[in-house]
Amino acid sequence: MSKHHHDAPLPDPVLRVKALESLLIEKGLVDPAALDLLIDTYENQVGPKNGAKVVARAWTDPGYRTRLLKDATAAIAEMGFEGRQGEDMVVVENTERVHNLVVCTLCSCYPWPVLGLPPVWYKAAPYRARAVREPRKVLAEFGVELDDEVEVRVWDSTAELRYLVLPRRPDGTEQLSDQELADLVTRDSMIGAGVVSGPKDTVT
Amino acid sequence: MNGMHDLGGMDGFGAVDRIPGEAVFQHEWERRAFALTLAMGARAQWNLDMSRYAREQMSPSHYLLSSYYEHWLHGLEHLMIERGLVSAAEISAREAELCSSLPHDAA
Repeated sequence: MSKHHHDAPLPDPVLRVKALESLLIEKGLVDPAALDLLIDTYENQVGPKNGAKVVARAWTDPGYRTRLLKDATAAIAEMGFEGRQGEDMVVVENTERVHNLVVCTLCSCYPWPVLGLPPVWYKAAPYRARAVREPRKVLAEFGVELDDEVEVRVWDSTAELRYLVLPRRPDGTEQLSDQELADLVTRDSMIGAGVVSGPKDTVT
Repeated sequence: MNGMHDLGGMDGFGAVDRIPGEAVFQHEWERRAFALTLAMGARAQWNLDMSRYAREQMSPSHYLLSSYYEHWLHGLEHLMIERGLVSAAEISAREAELCSSLPHDAA
């Protein structure tokens, strides 16, 4: 790769990954079984379902909500979710007056233990550039229309600190169990790029 | 340090492009790039900040034209070469080898 001119096209990433993987296995630097396990973990095991359980519990258990807002890392660990890229968590709560939105302008920092790996749009230039400059416009494109009186707070994640939005609980959900509530919670609502709809609301 | 990665507030990128029902990985090579990066990261020869710094060493034009896991791949190659864990020549040679073996595989 060093032979390439600075701006000349690089070889196809398919080829580059194959070459690197075969060299690292050959040198004993990586174990193929460990690679498969990592892929399975982040493709199939860890995801926004974890975050949804945290949100549902915060909605139904006031003591948990208090702990979550005070020390998110510990409260999330109580639910069994911890580890890589979630070492230091902050939970920000949406209210009638405040809407929170999370971005990582520099890269793709995201709370893996509760949301899994970030979607492509979160990592791509348009969102990273615009979320801090015109958050209301970005939110409108996501279908989130906020009244002018609602304050928008944008949180720029870092490698050290990751945010989870505690969305507002939809009306008419008093009878639902924690699991039914968790089923309503979307990934986007925990980034702040969406709101949670009640069970009877139709998806637009 | 500023650089092409410092995108906050920049104009001209257009609408946020969302893929409905998006899969965690879009391509098999992304799975491999992800896992290799995590596996090598777990060996603790570098930390997350060093990984990010390595990704930010891409030329600005490459950075903008390449996809997310290509940034990771660049970062991993950079860190490995820097520490002598693998050489650029070895990577190039292996790429050439794989390239020439492809027609045989693709029967």
